[in-house]
Parts: sequence; structure tokens; C-alpha cells
Amino acid sequence: MDATRTHLLRNRLLPLVSIAAAAIVWQVVAQFIVQNKNLLPSVTDVLGAFLVLLESGRLASDFATSLTHFGIGVGAALLIGIPLGMAMGWFRDLDTAANPIIEILRPVPPLAWIPFAIIWFGLTPVAAGFIVFVGAFFPVLVNTYAGFKGVPRLFVEAARVLGCTSPGRLIRHVALPAAMPSIATGIRIGMGVGWMCLVAAEFFVGGRYGLGKQLWVSYSLQQMSNVVVYMLLLGILGLAIDAAFRGYVDGKLLRWRTGEVA
Amino acid sequence: MSKLSIDRVSKVFEKKQGEVVVALDDISLEIEETEFVCFVGPSGCGKTTLLRIIAGLETATSGEVSLMGAPIRGPDPKRGMVFQEYSLFPWRTVKNNITFGLEMRGVPKADQVSAAETYLAMVGLEQFREAYPYELSGGMRQRVAIARALANEPEVLLMDEPFGALDAQTRNAMQRELLEIWEKTQKTILFVTHSVDEAVFLADRIVILSPRPGRICDTIRVDLPRPRERTGPEFADVRRYVLGLMDSCRLSSKI
Repeated sequence: MDATRTHLLRNRLLPLVSIAAAAIVWQVVAQFIVQNKNLLPSVTDVLGAFLVLLESGRLASDFATSLTHFGIGVGAALLIGIPLGMAMGWFRDLDTAANPIIEILRPVPPLAWIPFAIIWFGLTPVAAGFIVFVGAFFPVLVNTYAGFKGVPRLFVEAARVLGCTSPGRLIRHVALPAAMPSIATGIRIGMGVGWMCLVAAEFFVGGRYGLGKQLWVSYSLQQMSNVVVYMLLLGILGLAIDAAFRGYVDGKLLRWRTGEVA
Repeated sequence: MSKLSIDRVSKVFEKKQGEVVVALDDISLEIEETEFVCFVGPSGCGKTTLLRIIAGLETATSGEVSLMGAPIRGPDPKRGMVFQEYSLFPWRTVKNNITFGLEMRGVPKADQVSAAETYLAMVGLEQFREAYPYELSGGMRQRVAIARALANEPEVLLMDEPFGALDAQTRNAMQRELLEIWEKTQKTILFVTHSVDEAVFLADRIVILSPRPGRICDTIRVDLPRPRERTGPEFADVRRYVLGLMDSCRLSSKI
């Protein structure tokens, strides 16, 4: 009883204490040492800026726009990356043929695609989505591929002996579920990289709205408190997306992995 | 006509440097309906390869295996297999593992459920129908694997050292259960093991294989009544006799 309470106290309270401590240190440093809002806005400056932005009502549009860019990019990455990774992992000839192209394109930084994103799609949400796509695509592809390559031969043979013999059915009933943990990891990493690309994509190709766009606009207007607000919102939203995805995957798709060594 | 006919089967593996390994050399054997046949031999004698050829997972270099007159060309639900390693699909519950083969054959859902219940009861795991494989012990996993193979109603059941990874006590219990299942279902069973004790306890007939190249060295019929008493004198006699045959096999194959 006492032990569980101490445990709870430690696990719940300690993070809150550390966040509060960080905020206090930040406030003290900003207010009494730096004493310059442009170099380092204080906690209260940022909170004030946040409330003003909240009242202006434009945060909702920024959220919606950023999520649209993100959704386009990640959606496309899943739609193309997962089937391609599955096919490359399963059919050896396709693997041999496609691998060199993938390996050459993979190290090209997503932001290097910005010129072509603008030329191909103009200054549209699709152009921003395309940059997110380039960031998210390769982790999704590579992890799906690895998952399919790593499907234990034993499972495939067991399925074949039980009457599951065509490649299509083996992929659907054996390879896909066996590779699911790896695919889920790929999606998580892909979403993380895509989220990081989002800000830069909106700097260059975004329209009037978007968290990344506003961050950039605030900087050019020297509203550094607003810059911090957008930074924190980007961080918190990214965290929320990841937590929601993890919750869904662990609860639904990968329930069978509880208790297995990951 | 015999149930399963193995006719002059040979298997040659080619290694990367062009080196050739003869895994099986001219194996011929007839297996009767409802017969329980054990294959024993030291590791590397090709007994698993033979079973895989019968399952359709490997093709023979020459010769042919036929089931009730029909030559075997590939894997087919008519030949169920239980592997040595834990081969249950970890993403499926016990029940859904058992119905996998039925699902693949498009059996109606209601029949799948009743089949699952039948075989769950046969292996005594009714309470675990919704469990995932990670929640089961090794012995339970192999019981589910047996139920999964039987649910497909195969003509023959192929078992590749299915109890090899289990502790001695669980192993003995599983052998007794397997015999009960065999009596209930009247299946023809081909069982690979390296344990002479296991073979003598289970088999109607024991096929002794010699290593490199894998050849049938001898086959003996075990006529002891079941249930067999492991510690009894007749059991010991058969064991000693089989071990003696295996020794002379090894010596003659070295020459």
C-alpha cells in the first residue's frame, strides 16, 4: 500500500515537478538575466502571447492547415510506401530492380525537393504535403520492406501446409500480420520525420495559414513570444499524434505482442 | 493399395561451392491406413527432409511419393504437419489458429467454430480458446499445433520432432495424449524423432535411417500392447534391439 503510493507519487509527480522547475528557471533567466524579450521571451510573455492568439481565433485555421499538409504527405507515404515495401520484400526480382533507385534517392534530404515541389505543385498545400511525403516515405518503405524480408519461413511453411498457397493469400494472411510490428515502427518514424519537414515546407511553400508558416511570419515581425508559442504547439501536437498512434496500434493491431520481447 | 507410398525417393542438395550432399538415397516404403510409423536416426540422416518431401515443402531429386495413388506435387491440406519449432501464428488467438486451415478452404463460419470446439476439447484447452500463443506453455502450444493440423481433417499427420523442445515429463504426457488422439481420430501418423524411447512408446513400426547418405537401414514392427509400460522388460528389450540396430547401421555406413 505504502509502496504503491510512493510509486505513484514518483511517477506522476516527478514529471510535473521537473516541468515546473524548468519553467521557473526559464522565467528567472529571461526576466532577470537576459532581460530582452527578443532574445528570450519569458514564460509569462509566452503565455500572454498564447492567450492573445487564442482569442484572435486563428489558431484553429493554423492547426487545420498544418494537419492538412501533414495528412496529404503521410497519407501518400503510406499509400505508396507500404504496398511498394511489401512487394519489394516479397518478390526478389522487384527488390533487385528497385533497390538501387531507392538507395540513391533515400539520402537526398527532403528539403532538397522544395524547388521541384514548388515547380510541380505551385505554392499549394499539395506542395507542402509533398515535402512531408518525401520525409515520411522512406522510413515507411524501408521498415515495411524489412518486415516482409524478416517473415519467419516457418510461418509461411505452416500456412502452406494448411492450404494457404497463393502469394496473394500468403501475403495477406501471414506476411502482413507478421510484419505489422515493423510496419508500425516505420509509420511512427515516418510521421516523426514528416512532422519535422512540415515547418520547413510551410516556410517555403505554405499559404497564409499553418503553424510553421506562422512561426516564420512571427519571426519576420520580431514577435519572438509568438515564435515560442508556435514551437511549443508544434512539439505538443507532434507528441499527441505519436501518442494517439501508439495507443491505437498497441491496443488494437498488436495486442498479440504483449508480453513478447520487442 | 497402401495409404502412402514412398517410391525410390532420393534427395541431393547442392551447396554453394558445387559440393553435393546426398540427403536421401533410394528410399522406398509403404505405409498402411491408420498406421503409426516412427522414423529414427541420428541428426543429419535426412529424416526431416523425407517428411518435408511428403509434406510437399521440398521436391525429391528423383522418385515419387503418392498419397492414395495420387502423386504429391506440393503442399496440400490432405497432409497435416506439426513442426518441431513453435509454429503457431502469434497474431491469432488459439481458436483462430485452429480455424486457419478451414478459413483458407472457405468453410462456413459456423462449421469453423464447431470444429475449433471439437479439437480444443480433444487437446483439453477449452479455457484457452481466446488466449494468444505467448500466453501458453511449450506443451500447450504443441497441443494447439496438433489441433490446428487435425482441424483440416488430413489423410496423414506428419510430425517432425514435435516434442523435441519439451521437458521430459511434459514430453511423456504429450506422447500419451497423442496416442489417445490417434485412437480417436484413426489418422495415419508419420512421426520423426531421434529418441528411441519415444519411438518404441508410440510406433506400430519403426524405420531406422542411417546418415549420409540417408538410407533405410532397417524397419521393425513393435507388437507390444498399448498402453506400453516404459519400465517394463519387453519395452527394454525392444529399445535395446533398436539401439543395437542403429549402432550396426552407423558402423556399416562408415565403411
